[in-house]
Parts: sequence; C-alpha cells; structure tokens
Amino acid sequence: MVSTLEDRVRPPAAAGGPLSTQEFFINMGPQHPSTHGVLRLVLKLDGETVREVIPVLGYIHRGIEKIGEHQTYRQFVHLSDRLDYLSALMNNWAVSLTVEKAAKIELNDRIQVIRTIMAELQRIQSHQLWWGVLGMDLGAFTPFLYGFRDREVLTDVFEETMGARLTMNYIQPGGLMQDIHPNFVERVKSFLKYFKPKLAEYEELLGGNVILQERLRKVGRLEAKTAVSMGATGPVLRASGVAHDLRKKEPYGVYSKVAFDVPVGTMGDCWDRYWVRIEEMRQSMRIVEQLIDNIPAGKHLLVKPAIVIKVPQGLYYGQVETARGILGIFVVADGTGYPYRIHLRTPNFNNLWSITAIAPGLRVADLVAILSSLDIVVPDIDR
Amino acid sequence: MVNLQTSWEVRTLSQRASEALAGGQLGLTTGYLFAGLAGLAVFLAAMALVLVYAERKIAAHFQCRLGPMRVGWHGILQSVADSLKLLLKEDIVPTDADRFLHVLAPFMSLLAAILVLVMLPMSPALQVADVNIGVLYVTAVSGLGALGILLGGWSSNNKWSLLGAMRAGAQIISYEVSATLSLLVVVLFSGTLQLSKIVQSQADGWWIWRAPGVGLLAFAIYLIASVAEINRTPFDISEGESELTAGFHTEYSGMRFAFFFLAEFINMFVVSALAATLFLGGWMPFHIGGLATFNAAMDLIPPGAWFAAKSAFLIFVIMWFRWTFPRLRIDQLMRLEWKILLPIGFVNLFLAAMAVLFGFYFFPVQ
Repeated sequence: MVSTLEDRVRPPAAAGGPLSTQEFFINMGPQHPSTHGVLRLVLKLDGETVREVIPVLGYIHRGIEKIGEHQTYRQFVHLSDRLDYLSALMNNWAVSLTVEKAAKIELNDRIQVIRTIMAELQRIQSHQLWWGVLGMDLGAFTPFLYGFRDREVLTDVFEETMGARLTMNYIQPGGLMQDIHPNFVERVKSFLKYFKPKLAEYEELLGGNVILQERLRKVGRLEAKTAVSMGATGPVLRASGVAHDLRKKEPYGVYSKVAFDVPVGTMGDCWDRYWVRIEEMRQSMRIVEQLIDNIPAGKHLLVKPAIVIKVPQGLYYGQVETARGILGIFVVADGTGYPYRIHLRTPNFNNLWSITAIAPGLRVADLVAILSSLDIVVPDIDR
Repeated sequence: MVNLQTSWEVRTLSQRASEALAGGQLGLTTGYLFAGLAGLAVFLAAMALVLVYAERKIAAHFQCRLGPMRVGWHGILQSVADSLKLLLKEDIVPTDADRFLHVLAPFMSLLAAILVLVMLPMSPALQVADVNIGVLYVTAVSGLGALGILLGGWSSNNKWSLLGAMRAGAQIISYEVSATLSLLVVVLFSGTLQLSKIVQSQADGWWIWRAPGVGLLAFAIYLIASVAEINRTPFDISEGESELTAGFHTEYSGMRFAFFFLAEFINMFVVSALAATLFLGGWMPFHIGGLATFNAAMDLIPPGAWFAAKSAFLIFVIMWFRWTFPRLRIDQLMRLEWKILLPIGFVNLFLAAMAVLFGFYFFPVQ
C-alpha cells in the first residue's frame, strides 16, 4: 500500500490526551553506519515508530550522464563501472550491448559465453557482499567477514584476468578487453567447489537463525502491485512475486541456451528478498557450471581498439539484468563517435524509493532491515 | 538444611580488618582495608584489559582472522595501547549537553559494576565484604547501571542517544525481573541470601543440576536475562551501532567513552561470576556426593582457580553469543521478556518452592 498524504500527517496516538506524544524528525545519514554510503534519510518518528521516510539524494552525484556526452562509446564503459560498483561487469555489458545493437556489431560465441560467465560470477560476488552486510546491519558482525572471505576468492579470479579488483573494465563494445587468463577455467571450477558448501554454511549461520527470521519475516512487505508501480526490479521485484527477469524475458548473451530457474517470492517481505538472493547465487553457479567447460574458441575482440565506434543517428535503448535489477541505457546518437545524450535507468533508484511505501508504521530497526534487504548501492542512485 | 563443610571457612577482607581493629592492631586494619580497595582497583583495570584483549582475539578467531598481532607478542599489549590512546584523547562535551549529568553518567555506570564486585566471593580467603543480604544487595545495586545509561543518553542532547537510552531503560528494568526470579530459585534451595553461604551450600553438588530441572531452567533464564541486562548482543539494542550509530554513548569520546566501555566489560564479568557463584558452585570444587577419593582429588585444585575457570567459561559463552547472533528488535525483546521469560520464571519459582518443600533434590546430604 502506498502511503497517502493523510497517512503521513496522521496525528500520533491519543493526541491531546494524557499520553499524547510528539513526533520528531531525525536525520539518518548522510553519515550513518547502515545507509551504505552517503545516503540521507529524513525520518519522521513517533518514538520508535517510523511515520515517514524521505530519501535525500545528491551527496555523491558525479554527473556521469553529462560526462558521458564528452566520451567515446568505448570510453564510457570506464564510467559505467562507477555506477553500481558491485555489478561493474554487468554495467560494462549494458553499455556494450546498446552500442553493439546501434552500430550493428555481430559477436562470436566465445565473447558471449565469457561475458555470461563473468556476469554470473559477479552476481554471486555481489550477493556475497550483500549477505555479509545484511548480517552486520542486523547486528551479527561475523557474517560480514565470512562474506568478504568468500568474495575475496572471486576477486582474485577477476584480478588475474582483468587486473582490477573492484571497478573492473572488461567488457567493451565489440568484445572483451583481454582474453581470459590461462588459469581462469581452473580457478573458477575450484571456486565453485569451494563455495557450494560455504553457501550451506551461510544458511546455517544466518538464514537458519530464529532471530534473523523474526527480524525479516513479514517485515517490509512490498506488494507486487506497489513494486511494479514503483518500478522496482531485480530480486526486490521477484521477491514480491513478479517473475520478471530479463535473462528469461529478453535473453541476451547465451542465457537462452543455459538452464536456470528464476526464484520468485510470495510475500514480498524482507525474508523473501533474502531467500531470492540466496537462491540466485545457486542458480548463477548452475549457469557457470554449464558454461565453464564449453568456452568456444575464437577471437576475443572483433573491433580493433584504434577504431572509434560510430553510432548512426537515432535513439537506442539497451538493458541488462544486473545483480540489483534492470540497468537501462538510453542513447541519443547524432552519428558521431560521441553520444549526444546518455540517460541511465539505474535499478537502485527505483528500489530505494519503494522504501517510502513500505517503511511507514514500522520500527527504526525494521528500516535498517529493509534498507539492507533492498541491497542499495548509493553511487548507482546518484550517478 | 544443608550440612556446611567446616573446611571451607570464609574470611573476608573486611572481617579481617575488623578483627585486627578489635585486637588493637591499627596498622593491620588499614593494611587490610587498603588491600581491599587497591586490590579492587587493580583488579578492575587488569580485568578490563584482559577481557578486551580476549574479546578481540575470540572475535577474530570466530571470524577467520588473527586479531591484534602488532603490539607485543600476539598483540598482548594492544589493550594497553588502546587505553593510553583513550586517556590522551580530547575530552569533548557537546555544546548544548547538560554538562553536569553528561560528566556524571559514565561514573554512575562504572560505580554500579564496582559495587557489585565488592560482594563477589572469589575464594574463601578472597572476598572484600560478605553481607547477609548478598543476593538482594547485588540485584539492587546492579540496577544503578541503568541510571548511568539513561542519564548519558538524555544529557547528550542527541536524538540517537535519547532513543538508545530509552531502549536501555525499558530493557534493563524489564529483564531485571526475570534475572531476580531465577536468582530466587537458588535462594530457596540454599536457604540463605549470603553469597558465601550459597557457595558453601553447593559442597555436594552445584545447584544447576542438584535442583532437579528447575536449577537448569533458572540458569538458562538468568543467562538470557543478564545478557540483556548488560546490553550485549543479541540484546544490544541500546547501542545498536547499525541503527542508532552508537546509541546512548554516541556523544562520548576519550576517557568517558572508556568508562562506559569499562563498565560493560566489568558487568560482563560480574554477571558471569554471579552465575558461576549461584548455579555452578562458585569457588567450590566439583564434588560428587559419596565419592570421597574423587572429591579429595578435586580439592587439590585451589578454589580461586575453580572460580576463575567457571567465570571464564561463562564469559566465553557470552562472547560467543555476541559473535554469532543478530540483534532483536525492541518489541521482540519486550515480548520475549514479558510473554515468555517472565511466566516461565514464575512457574519455575513455584516448582522450585515445591521441590524444596518436599525435600526433593538430587544428592541429598547424608
């Protein structure tokens, strides 16, 4: 239910009576341990109860869309990973996908398979970090370090191939920046072998804990209708019961050739969002398992690096499913090597605003649980 | 009702001092009193340093890390370095804070912890004072800690601090009820409020298993309630760093912050020591009624070591909680106390009274 204006200005319990209370405003952020960066939430509280949440943005606005107008399409790839840094490769892919569609660049199977593997590995990596941070936000510090420990294994794999650990630039229009490292296949396989039992451990340590379930179940219910009207995507939308996953609905890469399931929640509460992400890690591992032994031979880059890619005049839109939802890139091209205008439709912006619909009436502690279960990355909201 | 073993004669420091005074040895009296006070002060400082170091090491090993490794061998001097840093830090009081209360609050918190420490029977020869209303005194005085937290949160003039303080106030007062109810079970069985006598009443077996079932249940309730009372995870909602930044001590820094910190660790020790004293026999060695050789072998280990080992084990358990569990929400916390722990506590107390009335407990003394 979207809270209406009447809900928000509703007088507190027994106004004027002997037990009348006073509402007060409090700033959560921009420097607060659980707003995950420089997000500011203005809270209207009645004691512990949240009456209203107003997200205030702009603390990490870097004008990426404007800078994009002065960059070639290839250069813009290097800005895309600064959006949602935990889905850097998928952001790269979104840019490349749009440009390739516009400039009509055909890719070979090797490029597509490697891109898919990288995207799924990064989805796992992103969810590992989310799992750890969720634990920390709910007061259990240990999962945070367990999440980071396992994330480190994948970070090392990425570093070996692309030389970076966080803001990775690997996928570019026309192919990949480098070929995969000779050790890549072996290390990914050993990671899968390592991480499967660890995922069961995650469930034991946090998911099976009665306190965690108490904190997440039936908290922050996002109805399917509200989720759609808010434009929420990714695990947040799927937890609300809408099975919308671009990898299934509009397959790109080689997603149409691999078998995987899309986990869908029923209640749309924090617990469903938790469960959907845990299950997505399993499905991502399933995808990687199917592809890792069958990487076809071929070139890794089809357009020479020296060539400036020119996009014919027109409007182009491309989108991918990142770890947090749909990242859409809208390009207004004027026929030169530079975009006339770029607009980014980032998943976190919409996901964050669904908090204004679900938080009123809950406690401050629930707000932290909801924020964590929405899995926001602030630079992606402000961009 | 319980045959007290005469070999465990308790002589507290205050008792020795008054005996010396009666004998006219003023120097000795002052010596004993000074030993009591200075001993406590040294003990406090040492205990805090050791516990902070232990907590960091235990947490680290739970989390697949090493913890402090740089200052001294395996980082053993890390807590010394940290306390030096806190001592040297600038002392900040927010402009609009209630200065007097803001300064007073950390001391209130620490005072409550120290006042309880005075009563703890650490061994037959090592106890500062032993009054005949020991349990009552301990429950009454430990409630003072809540006052320090409330004052600290209120006087900081910070909304987060105020929220934390209100949470702490509600929580500590609620859980004290359950903690006291479970202490009463032991009081019923041992028939005394004096802590040293409670220890002596466990010469033939600790109350946790000698009181059939009710002892174990009372121990569990006491452990849960006292973890809540000292604001440790999973009940650390008054600090709740991910919700309230730092809760009631958001505006505290330097030495005053260290005092709150110190109080938390001393409280952890006090709670563990009390649980050990009341349920696990305190300094009393592990005895099985009737097995004379076994009992004699156990007596070889000094009582002080028994007390330290039992307390250390319980402290470890509390730390284990902290590094495993997530945090409860305020309303869930209240529900757990008023709807679950309190009724169970009352029923348990009733059952304990019945057991005592009919003399039904394990290993009755011949």
